[in-house]
Amino acid sequence: MSLPLVVLLPFLGAIAAPLFAQGGRTAIAIASSVPALIALAALFPHWSVLSAGGTVLHSYEWLPALGLSFSFRLDGLALLFALLILLIGLLIIIYAHYYLKAKENVAKFYSLLLCFKGSMLGIVLSGNLLLMLIFWELTSLTSFLLISFWTHKQDARRGARMALAVTGGGGLALLAGILLIGNIVGSFELDDVLAAGDQIKAHALYPVALTLVLLGAFTKSAQFPFHFWLPHAMQAPTPVSAYLHSATMVKAGVFLLARLYPALAGTEQWFYMVSFTGMATMLLGAYTAMFKHDLKGLLAYSTVSQLGLITLLFGMGTQLAAVAAIFHVINHATFKASLFMAAGIIDHETGTRDMRRINGLWRFMPHTATLAMVAAASNAGVPLLNGFLSKEMFFAESLALNLPGLWAWLPPIVATLAGIFTVAYSARFIHDVFFNGKPVDLPIYPPHEPPRYMKIPAEILVFALIMIGIFPAISVGPLLYIAASATFGGNVPDFQLAAFHGFNLPLMMSFLAFAGGLLMYSQRQRFFDFHARFRETDGKAVFEAVISEFVDLAHRFTGWVENGSLQRYAMLLVVSVIAVAALPLVKSGFYIGENGLSPVDWPTAIAAGVLIVSALATALWHRERFYALVLLSVVGLIVALTFARFSAPDLAMTQLSVEVVTIVLLMLALYYMPSWTPVESSIGQRIRDIVIALAAGTGMTLITLAMLTQPFSSISEFFLENSKPGGGGTNVVNVILVDFRGFDTLGEITVLAIAALGIYAMLKNTALTPPSGDGLGHTWTRDHYPLMLRQIARPMLPLALMVSAYIFLRGHNLPGGGFIAGLITSVALILQYIASGMIWTQDRIPFRYHNVIGLGLLFATIAGAGSLAFGYPFLTSAFGYITWPVVGKFEVASALVFDLGVYVAVIGATLLALVSIGRLSPHSAIKSKKEGG
Amino acid sequence: MELLFALVIGALTASGVYLLLRARTFPVIMGLTLLSYGVNLFLFATGRLATGQQPVIGTAASYSDPLPQALVLTAIVIGFAMTAFLVVLALRNLADNENDHVDGQREKPSPPSKHEQEVSSK
Repeated sequence: MSLPLVVLLPFLGAIAAPLFAQGGRTAIAIASSVPALIALAALFPHWSVLSAGGTVLHSYEWLPALGLSFSFRLDGLALLFALLILLIGLLIIIYAHYYLKAKENVAKFYSLLLCFKGSMLGIVLSGNLLLMLIFWELTSLTSFLLISFWTHKQDARRGARMALAVTGGGGLALLAGILLIGNIVGSFELDDVLAAGDQIKAHALYPVALTLVLLGAFTKSAQFPFHFWLPHAMQAPTPVSAYLHSATMVKAGVFLLARLYPALAGTEQWFYMVSFTGMATMLLGAYTAMFKHDLKGLLAYSTVSQLGLITLLFGMGTQLAAVAAIFHVINHATFKASLFMAAGIIDHETGTRDMRRINGLWRFMPHTATLAMVAAASNAGVPLLNGFLSKEMFFAESLALNLPGLWAWLPPIVATLAGIFTVAYSARFIHDVFFNGKPVDLPIYPPHEPPRYMKIPAEILVFALIMIGIFPAISVGPLLYIAASATFGGNVPDFQLAAFHGFNLPLMMSFLAFAGGLLMYSQRQRFFDFHARFRETDGKAVFEAVISEFVDLAHRFTGWVENGSLQRYAMLLVVSVIAVAALPLVKSGFYIGENGLSPVDWPTAIAAGVLIVSALATALWHRERFYALVLLSVVGLIVALTFARFSAPDLAMTQLSVEVVTIVLLMLALYYMPSWTPVESSIGQRIRDIVIALAAGTGMTLITLAMLTQPFSSISEFFLENSKPGGGGTNVVNVILVDFRGFDTLGEITVLAIAALGIYAMLKNTALTPPSGDGLGHTWTRDHYPLMLRQIARPMLPLALMVSAYIFLRGHNLPGGGFIAGLITSVALILQYIASGMIWTQDRIPFRYHNVIGLGLLFATIAGAGSLAFGYPFLTSAFGYITWPVVGKFEVASALVFDLGVYVAVIGATLLALVSIGRLSPHSAIKSKKEGG
Repeated sequence: MELLFALVIGALTASGVYLLLRARTFPVIMGLTLLSYGVNLFLFATGRLATGQQPVIGTAASYSDPLPQALVLTAIVIGFAMTAFLVVLALRNLADNENDHVDGQREKPSPPSKHEQEVSSK
C-alpha cells in the first residue's frame, strides 16, 4: 500500500493545500511539505529489501483487458529518482515561499507543484508502462500550467504552449512505442518487459519501437533537435525552472533511457541514435550557453548540454558509461538546482537577469555569490566537487569506446570540446555576474542579500555537492550501487568512486578543458564577434512559423469542408457512405444468394413499375413542386400497398394514414412557400449529383438483392410463440409494440411529443404571409371553405371516430392498435380544420393539444408503472377476459391502457404540429384573436 | 420478386439522394421522404418477402417475421415526426430569411479574412 500512497499523496496534497491559504504563506508551505515528508517515511522501510537487490511491487488490477494495471514498483533506480524528486521538491517549497511575491496566487502555485510532483513520482514508480505513460502526460500538462503560471505574460504563455506541444507530441510517439513493445512482449508490466530484452531486440519492429520511445525521451529531455523548448520554458517562475528544468521533468527522458536500458539498449541502432543525439546536444548546448546574456538562458542551454552528456553516456552502451550517466543525474540535479536558485535570488534582488547589466555583485551579496560560484565550479568540473567526478568518468568512457579507425578520436575530442565550452560559460557566469566592474543601470539598486532562509535550500545543495565530491563512496555510493544494479537487472560493473584517481588521461583532458575554457573566456570578445556574424536561428520563430502554418492548413481544410453550405455537407455525407460501402459492394457485385429469386406476378410488377416511375419523376420534376408532391403521394400509396402485399397489414394501415397526414402537411407548407424551384445548380453540379444518386441507388439495390436472397434465422420465433400465452394478443406486431418492446414504444411516443412541442416552439412567434397566388399567375380561390367539402366532412367525423375506436380495440388481436387508430382520428380532425377552417374547429375543440400529448404520455407511463405496484418490473402487462353482452368474450389487458396512451399521444402530437402550421398566417391569427376577444 | 423489390428500393434511394442534394428546402424534404420510404422498405425486407402470412396468430399456417414490422411501424411514425419538424424548420427559415435556400441565405458566407485568421490563431 505504501507505494501507491507515495504517488497519490502529492495529489491529495494538491487538493488540500489551498485550504490552508487562509492561514497565510507559511501555513500553506508547511502543508505542502507534508506529503513529501510522509512519502520519505514510507519509502524508508524498503531500503533493506532494495539494498539486497530486491524490488518492491504493489499491484492492483485496473483494466486487465487492456493490460493496464495500477501497479507500482520500487527498485534502486526508482528510489534514486524518487529521492531526488522528494528532497529537491522540499527545498523548492522553502525557496518558493520566499521567491513568490505577496500578491501572487501562492495556493495555485503549490497545488500545481504538488500535482507535478505526484506525476513525476508516478513516472518513476510505475510498474506498468501504460500507467507510466499516463503520469508522463500528466507531467507535460502540469508543467504547461507551471510554465504559464504568470498568465499575464505573453512569452510565458507561448513558452508553455511550445513545451506542451513538443513534450506532448513526444508523449504520443512514446505511447506508440510502448504499445509496440507491449505487443511484442505480450504484457505492459515492467518486470515482463525488462525480462524480454532479447525478444524485443530480435523483433522486426524493434527499430520502429526504439525510434518512437527515443522520440519520447528526447523531446522530454530537450535533446537536439527538440531542445528549443527548454530555453523558452525559462519564462516560468525560477522555483519551477530549478525544479522542473534541472532536477526532475527533463530528467524523465533520461530516466526512461535508464529504465528501458535492459529492454532496448545494447544494439547498434541504440548506439548510433542515442550517442550521436547526445553528442550533438552536448556540443550545441555548451556552445550556445556561452553567448546568452540572460542568466536563466545561459543555465537553460547549460542544462541542454548536460542532458546531452547524460544521453551520450547512456548511448555508449557500456555499463560503466551508464553508471556514470546515473551518477551525473544526481550531480547535475544538485549543482544545477542550486545555480537556478542563485539566479532566482539575483533576479529577485536586482530586478533583471541581463548579464550585461549585472556586474560586480560580489560586493553586494558575497554569501549568495559564494554558493553560486561553488555550484558553477562543480558544473565546470572543478576537482573536489561532484561535477568533476562524473565528468572524469565521462572522459574515461569516451576514451574507452572502441570505434574503428579515426572514429575513435571523435568521442574524446567532442568531450574535450564540450568541456572547454562548459568551462568558458561557467567562467562567464562567475566572472561576469560577480566581478567585472560595477552594475549597470539596475532596476533595484543597491542589491543586497536575500532573506536568510531563502539561501537555505541552495546551501543544502551546495553542501551536498561538496560532500559527494570529497566522499563519494560514503555519501552516494550505496544509492548509486543499487540504482545501477536495478538498471542492469542485477550485475553491476566494478566501479571506483574516489575523489582522485591519480594522474591519467582523463585528468589530462580535464586540464585541457580548463586551460582551453579559461583562454576562450579571456578572448570572449573575439568569439562574440565571430558568433554575431551568424544569424541566430530563433527556435521560437521557427516553431511559431510551423504552428501557424499548421493552423492555416487547418483553416483552409475547415474552410473547404465546412463552407457553410448544407448542400456540400449532404454531398460529403452521402459520398462518404458510398465510399465506405463501395469496396465490399464492388467485391460482391451482382450477387444472388442461395435462396434464389422467386417468381413475379403481374399486379405486383405493375405496381412496382408505377412506383419506380413516380419516384424518378418526383426527382425529375421537382421544380414544379405541386406536381412533384402529387407524384410523391403516389409513391407513398404504393409503399402502403407493398406492405399489404407482403403480409404486413399493420404497416399498410400505418403507412396509409401517415401518408395522408404527410401530404396534408406538405400541402400546407407549400401554401406558404414558392411553388416553383429556381434553377441554381450548374449542369456540372447536377450531373455530379445524378452520378452520386445513381451510385447510391445501385448500391442499395445490390445490398437489398444480396440480403433478400440470403437464408436467415430470426429471433421472432420467441415473439410468435409467446405472443398469445405471454402477451394475451394474437396480433404479434401489436403485442411487440405494447408489451415485449413497450419501453421502446414509450420512448418513441416521447420523441413524437418532443418533436411536436419543438414545432410549436419554433412557430410560436413567427408570422408568414402566404403569397397571393401560386406563382404562376393564378390567385387562390375565394371560397376558402367549399360547401361540399364542409357538408361531407362533418358527418365523417363521428364515423371516423367509430372506426378508429374499432381499430384501436381490436388492435391487440387483429391488425390495428394505438398508432393506427391515433392517426385515423388525427386525419378525421384535420379534415375538419381543412373543411371548416381553423376558427370554426377550434371553437368546438376546447382543449389544448399540449395537454393531450401530456395526457397520452401520462397514460402510457401509468400503465407501465402500474405493474410496479404489484411487484413486477416496469411495463409488465397483465390481462384477463370478461364477457360483454353482444360483443362476447373480450380481453382486457393492462397493455390496452398503454396503447390508449399511445393513441392519445399520437393525436396530440400530430394535431399540435399541423395546427401550429395552419395558424402561421397572420390572417388566421388575427381572426382567431378577434373571435377569442 | 427479390430483384424487383431491390430495384424499387434503389429507385427510391436514387431519387431521394438526388433531391437531398438540391439547394431549396422543399425538394430536400421530399427527398428525405423518398429516402425514408426506401429505408422503411429495406428494414421491412430484412424479415424477407412473404405472401399471405400476416403475423396474426391463427390466421395462417406460417407467419412472416413480426419484429421488423414492429420496428418499421414506429419508424414510420417517427419518420413523420421528423418530416413535420423539417417542414417547420423550413417554414421558420422562410419567415426569418425570406427565402427557402437550405443555407438560409442566397450568398455564401465569405470566409474569414486573413487578418481575422491571424488574430484567432494567436
